[in-house]
Parts: sequence; structure tokens; C-alpha cells
Amino acid sequence: MAFGLLKYGLNPRFQPKQFLRDSKDLKSSYDVVIIGGGGHGLAAAYYLARDWGITNVAVLEKGWLGGGNTGRNTAIIRSNYLTPEGVDFYDESLKLFKGLSRELDYNILYSERGHFTLAHTDAAIRTSRWRAEVNKHLGVNSEVVYRDDLARMVPLLNLSEEVRYPVLGALYHPPGAIARHDAVAWGYAGRAAEMGVELHQNTEVTGIEVEDGTVVGVETNRGRISCGRVLQAVAGRSSEVSRLAGIDLPIRSVPLQACVSTPVKPILDPIIVSGSLHVYISQSDRGEFVMGGSTDPYPRYQTSSSLDFMEGLMGHLLELFPFMSEMPVLRQWAGLADMTPDFSPVMGKTPVNNYYIDAGWGTWGFKATCVSGKRMAETLATEKTPNILKPFALDRFRTFDLVGEKGAASVGH
Amino acid sequence: MKIIECPLNGPRNAQEFVFGGDVINHPNPHLISDDQWANYVFIEENRAGVVQEWWCHVPTAYWFIAERDTVKDEILRTFDPSEIYKERIDYNRPEVEAQSQDTKNNKVGEVNSTNKETGSSI
Ligand SMILES: Cc1cc2nc3c(=O)[nH]c(=O)nc-3n(C[C@H](O)[C@H](O)[C@H](O)COP(=O)(O)OP(=O)(O)OC[C@H]3O[C@@H](n4cnc5c(N)ncnc54)[C@H](O)[C@@H]3O)c2cc1C
Repeated sequence: MAFGLLKYGLNPRFQPKQFLRDSKDLKSSYDVVIIGGGGHGLAAAYYLARDWGITNVAVLEKGWLGGGNTGRNTAIIRSNYLTPEGVDFYDESLKLFKGLSRELDYNILYSERGHFTLAHTDAAIRTSRWRAEVNKHLGVNSEVVYRDDLARMVPLLNLSEEVRYPVLGALYHPPGAIARHDAVAWGYAGRAAEMGVELHQNTEVTGIEVEDGTVVGVETNRGRISCGRVLQAVAGRSSEVSRLAGIDLPIRSVPLQACVSTPVKPILDPIIVSGSLHVYISQSDRGEFVMGGSTDPYPRYQTSSSLDFMEGLMGHLLELFPFMSEMPVLRQWAGLADMTPDFSPVMGKTPVNNYYIDAGWGTWGFKATCVSGKRMAETLATEKTPNILKPFALDRFRTFDLVGEKGAASVGH
Repeated sequence: MKIIECPLNGPRNAQEFVFGGDVINHPNPHLISDDQWANYVFIEENRAGVVQEWWCHVPTAYWFIAERDTVKDEILRTFDPSEIYKERIDYNRPEVEAQSQDTKNNKVGEVNSTNKETGSSI
């Protein structure tokens, strides 16, 4: 085994791939400029090149690729949403995710674990049933399970009734998975760059030029660029960037925190979420427990972490998993979540011609990286909004056609 | 931001307060179009910088206004709403003549529509 590894490691056929060439100068013009080099921007670049042959594309990233929420999330992938629109959309993404390692020839460590959303009240059981029925109707595997099932399926879970909020049951979603978030960004970036897409780091968009209602160029810290079309995919900075183009959004930027423990041997296979207790936990392939909850209580443009968060999280988590009291916390961090009133994203055309938006990903957008990249690429290339994206148009806030996913997305990202 | 200076109760632990959104002028629903109303309900300024917001001290159910820097996360000033709102505001249905005005569309997210009636500047 050791010899085999050595042979593989020294074999010149398996050199590490270097996809970020030395930083090139910006060209004066591109067919498509993508603002934001997170998973969403990079995936859109990849599908523009692969599906539509559009390669005169620049991804402009003010920091480093995948350094925003893409590299900060807790990587939960699932499609057990509440609305038919949401279920269809996220399920397309889940299917793309399953084949992504092979498609990108880059291991994203996709790991199917099963996902439990615990219910501690009759109301939560009712929502679980509702979600299970909608899911099953649309061909998504979900069912409600009760205490005796949980005792068997999650032996570590504290099912005592002598706690503040005893567990009554759960929504069980076998396809629930986790993946390596950085690898998703790097995989898309690498393949997009191979097809000719330019990736520019340390390149911040500081202005957007709109003439007669049509976008014609962007201003950056490295100079001006003309462009045919723009895709904005900047998550927590959505409102500030779209303001440059004169577009107002129904979004608030609120920090979302998470933390990991020191690594231990595999002991917790499934992903466990409790909406009522505002906590979720899974164990990564490295053995760390990955934990988080809902967003901070008020908006701010900051990604600092707090003791309040840790206290709130642990207070409830220890009730569910008492053994966690012996686990040291290794790291704590935050990302800036772009929250919408209905907990669904905003995708598609904007009032500015040729300016497209991919925003409102809040605490739930990692799992949508594949489908939003693919479908936004289609929207840019064809100038038509695919049916699967239509419910998520910015215009829904004018017609009050909201896609309410709070019950399925506010804690269990 | 760990301590908030409450105009009524003095400095208190930040956990005693809840955030209530930007201070924006509530338009009279009888006088504006549906689009403008949608704008008021959903569109957020969400500015990186100094903003004016409603906050509530929960134990005393007291609402006040705070000027906060959302980038530094610092409250610069808090004050009683009576500094701005001097008199009672009613949203009565106006006389029939007045109703016909202003049925123009103001789309959500419309170019340069940055908060006219619903603007956060007061
Ligand atoms: C702690 C945490 C846990 C989460 N857990 C989950 C989860 O379990 N499952 C799930 O599905 N989702 C989860 N999410 C949400 C998910 O991470 C995001 O919705 C998703 O990663 C958004 O991807 P993105 O590419 O749109 O944004 P980002 O990855 O944030 O990329 C946006 C990029 O735009 C760049 N940018 C900003 N302004 C400019 C500018 N002016 N010019 C150029 N570039 C700019 C930024 O630097 C950034 O790199 C979580 C989020 C957080 C913070």
C-alpha cells in the first residue's frame, strides 16, 4: 500500500494540476463579465463554456476564489423543501451534485449521509408531514419517523423525556449529503479555465456603467472593462453591488456563524437538524463535528464570530448530544448571508438590460451551486428564463408571489 | 456591540434588545400604487455604512431609534422617536378626488427608484 502510494505520487502522469495561471492583464472587453468568484459565479462560467460555447468570459473576484460563503458554509445538500417550486429546483441540483466529481474529474468528497430534521412539538410534526407529502409527490425521498425509529437510526441522540424539549419525531431525508465546499469551487474554476474562461482574483468591481437602461461596462480597481452581459453573484454584497447599477433588492445582509470541533473517529453518520432548537450538526470526512444554527439577530457587514452564538448553540446541542460536552471547539467563523423575506433566492433578469442577478442565497445556497450555475448560464446564453427559475424572479416581490421556504430553510441550511 | 444605550433605561446588555428594521416613512396605502406598496413592504436599503434603525428594549417594550454603523457594528447615537415624529400620523382614506392621483407604476427594483416615498432618509 505504502509502495503503491509512492509509485502513484512519483509518477509523472499524475502531476498536480495548476489551473490559476500567473495573473494576466484584464482585456478591454468580454462577452460576459461575472462579478463574484464564489461557487455560483464559477459554476455559471463553467456551464457558459461547456453548454453554450461562450468562453470570452471573465470572472472578477475581489478576494480569492471561493473565499466568500462558498468556503465558509457547512456544506449540507438536500432537496426536502416545502414548496413544489423549491423541491424541484433543489432536487435538480442534488442530482447534478451526485455526478459532479466525475464530471469535473475532481473529487468533491460527496458523501450521502441521510438528513433528519427533528420535531419537538406537534406543530413541527405537522410541518414534517407536510414536507414529506410534497416531497414524495415530486419523487423526492422523505418520510416522517418517530422515537422508536430514531432510537435505532441515531443511537447517539438523547431521546430522554427529562429535557426541556423532548424529541417527538423527525423528517427523514435519506439523500441528504455533505461535500467538500472548496473542491466544488476549485473544480468548476479549473474546468472553466481550461475552456478559456479568465479568472481574475484581487479584482473588485467598483462601478457599473448603464446607458439607456442597458449595461455596457464595469469599473474595477484594475481599470474599466466593456461587456456584453453581466452576471452578479456576490452573496452578502448583493445590495451594495446592485446599487451600483441602480437596482434595489429585497435583501438584508446578516452574518451566519458556524464552528467545528477537533477531529475524532467516525461516530455520527447522519446530519441532524433541529429547527426549534436552532442547531444542526454533522461529522465531516476529516472527523470534525461541523455545527451551526440560524443567523445573527440583526444585519451587519461583518464576519466576526461571537460568544453569544457559541453559548446559544451549545446550550441546545448538549441536550441533544450530551457527549459533546467533552469535545473541544477548534475553529469558529462567520459568513455574510444575503437574506430574502421568503427564504428563497432571486435569480434571472433585472430592470437593467443584459444585467442578470443570482442573489438571495442566504443560508441555503451551497446546495444550489450546480443548478443555479447551469440555469443562469442558460438564461444568459438564451436570454430566456428557464421554467425552473421563473418562480424565483425578482419581480415576485412586486406581485406578492412569494416562495415561502422559511419552514424548510431558516435553520436547516 | 455588547452594550446598547437605551434612551429610557440607560446602558443595557445587547441581548435585551431586538432589531426592528430601517426607519422609513410609512406611506399612506390609500395614496400609492400597489407597486409602491410592494416596494415599501419588501425592498431594503441594506447599506454598508451609517443607518437609522428601530430597536426595541424588550423587557420594557420601549421602541427607540439608533444610528448604527453596519460596517463597524457600532451604535453612534440612540434617541426617543419623538425627536423625529412630532405628531400623530393617520392613514385615512382620502376624499374621492384625491384618490385618482398617482396610479403610476413604480416597479420593484426599478432603475434608479432608490427609495422615493419609502426612502430611509427622513
Ligand atoms: C456559516 C454558513 C453555513 C452555511 N451552510 C450552508 C449549508 O449547509 N448548505 C447550503 O446549501 N448553504 C449553506 N450556506 C449558504 C452558502 O454558503 C451560500 O449561499 C453560497 O455559498 C453562496 O455562494 P455564492 O457563490 O453566491 O457566494 P460567495 O461564495 O460568497 O461568493 C461571492 C463572491 O463575490 C465576491 N465579491 C463581493 N463583492 C465583489 C465585488 N464588488 N467585486 C468582485 N467580487 C466581489 C466575494 O469576495 C465572494 O468571493 C451557509 C453559509 C454560511 C455563511
